[in-house]
Amino acid sequence: MLKYALRRGVLALLVAFTVSVATFFLLNFATDPAQALAGEDAPPEVVEQIRAQFGLDRPLVVQYASWIGALAHGDLGQSYHWRSPVGALIASHAPVTIRLALLAMAVTIGVAIPLGAIAALRPNSIVDRLALSVAVGAQAIPNFWLGLMLIILLAVKFPIFPVSGDTTWMHFVLPALVLGASSVPAVMRLTRTGLLDVLASDYIRTARSKGFRGLRLLTRHAMRNAMLPVVSVLAVQLGAKLGGSVIVESVFALNGLGRLALQSILGGDIPTVQILVFVFALTFVILTFLADLLNAWIDPRIRLG
Amino acid sequence: MGPVPPVMVALADEPPVAVELPALSPGKLLRRRMLHHKGFVIGLAIMAALAIVALFAPVIAGHDPFDQDLAHRLMPPAWVQGGSAQHLLGTDHLGRDYLSRLLYGARISLAIGLGAASIGCVIGVTLGVCAGYFGGRVDQLVSYILTCQLALPGLLLAMALVFFIGPSLLVVICVIGLLHWTYYLVVTRAATLQIRRLDFVAAAEAMGESRLQIIVHEVLPNLLNQVIVIFTLEIGVAVLSEAALSFLGVGVQPPIPSWGLMIAEGKDAMFFRPWLVVLPGAAIFLLVMAANLLGDGLRDVTAPESRN
Repeated sequence: MLKYALRRGVLALLVAFTVSVATFFLLNFATDPAQALAGEDAPPEVVEQIRAQFGLDRPLVVQYASWIGALAHGDLGQSYHWRSPVGALIASHAPVTIRLALLAMAVTIGVAIPLGAIAALRPNSIVDRLALSVAVGAQAIPNFWLGLMLIILLAVKFPIFPVSGDTTWMHFVLPALVLGASSVPAVMRLTRTGLLDVLASDYIRTARSKGFRGLRLLTRHAMRNAMLPVVSVLAVQLGAKLGGSVIVESVFALNGLGRLALQSILGGDIPTVQILVFVFALTFVILTFLADLLNAWIDPRIRLG
Repeated sequence: MGPVPPVMVALADEPPVAVELPALSPGKLLRRRMLHHKGFVIGLAIMAALAIVALFAPVIAGHDPFDQDLAHRLMPPAWVQGGSAQHLLGTDHLGRDYLSRLLYGARISLAIGLGAASIGCVIGVTLGVCAGYFGGRVDQLVSYILTCQLALPGLLLAMALVFFIGPSLLVVICVIGLLHWTYYLVVTRAATLQIRRLDFVAAAEAMGESRLQIIVHEVLPNLLNQVIVIFTLEIGVAVLSEAALSFLGVGVQPPIPSWGLMIAEGKDAMFFRPWLVVLPGAAIFLLVMAANLLGDGLRDVTAPESRN
């Protein structure tokens, strides 16, 4: 197990490093940070002055080295758009996004896994067909539009939930529903196909012949194996939710990392955007690493194979 | 696997015995399966309708989608009180005919869907075929690139890149295409791994075909079905990405009639004039739904053995 964890850990570190290089160079090639800082109509002298002042005239490789070096020492840089350290910005915006992502995850798990399990237990039944059709439909709905529709319906027509903001738990219900719904189709389908495969296997027939049925058969025998791919996908989806929260946060005016990212992009704040992209990527890498470990712990064949 | 002499293959394969079956060519069988697949037919019908709308938008639309008429702003659809037959779906905040804008919007969405899916296709299929065919180091490298790509927050990066490079239709297409190739890679890699082991590849190797020839003549044609399926599904993904980017203000810019942008423009008035948001959203849903139905249908029809 330790050997497996170590191998995965080294890979995760390498990926994190590559991703940091990719984002740094992509963003620096996409735009001129000095120009962005100075504003679009700034005279060339001002732009050159800013370039020299912030060390943006050095070769990109040198800039990258100093950026990643500071990052390693916990210095996330300075946002000139927000006039605040990027680290402080992230710390103040992260709680909203984390809460949103976890609640959305709860929605996904709570809806997708039971639905997938029911569909797999009665393949081609009405429930199965209905669940699959809903999944196909749900995949085609733009989530910002779903958010707006829910606001019109459940916050204005029937004022059950607040329209926007992030001060109480009630504010998080609709955003979590929207964000959670977006991963329901994928997780549901995976649960269904995974369970269908497992339920057709010999050891389940044995368990059935020994008298196991229904929920007990599912939880004790089938789920453990069917959940392997689901665990990986859930980790991926949680990472995607953190990164994809930008849409939901701007629809519901939640002041989280996604909204911070959007406003930083619109404000041409490259240092903040760079760190945010890297933080989301790093979170994703860590989550998939943990999912790998979890899978290896559930299934010895993975860690020994 | 040792290369099999082609002659042996030919000998081993007895000519099929003529059985009394209704004479149906593979093409006819395929067409019959297509017509019997409800999802495929519905998806194809919607997609064809949208394509016609996009192609003939100038003929169908009664108004110029850019024509402002501030005297007739925010008119409701014809069937709501205060609407007129002049503007069947009403007008937007600048008095532009909403139906015309929606019709022209189909052009933008389809252009982005087809363009981005094509760029992703070239990148993904190239990487996937190389990984699957060459294996070893190449495969490891491609897998590593895939892992890194998956770790990147796609939407956020797309937002930043499009906005920083300068939001235009072409930039949106390129950025979305550059960020959406992983599905092609995963599927074509797995398929190439299987195809590489088949006899006809061995035969081609024995005949002295070069690797490039084998990839082009033996591998790629056999990937075509799967690639078309993914291409269709990726049209939907790209359309959704563009809609999100434009909705957030970092995609297609005004006054271009993009459905996502129209939702953003109608958002402020949506409590009193919900159709401004409902209609473009429904249009996006229709197009993405059609792409998904068509893609899923094509998969079922071309590979009936892999259903479920």
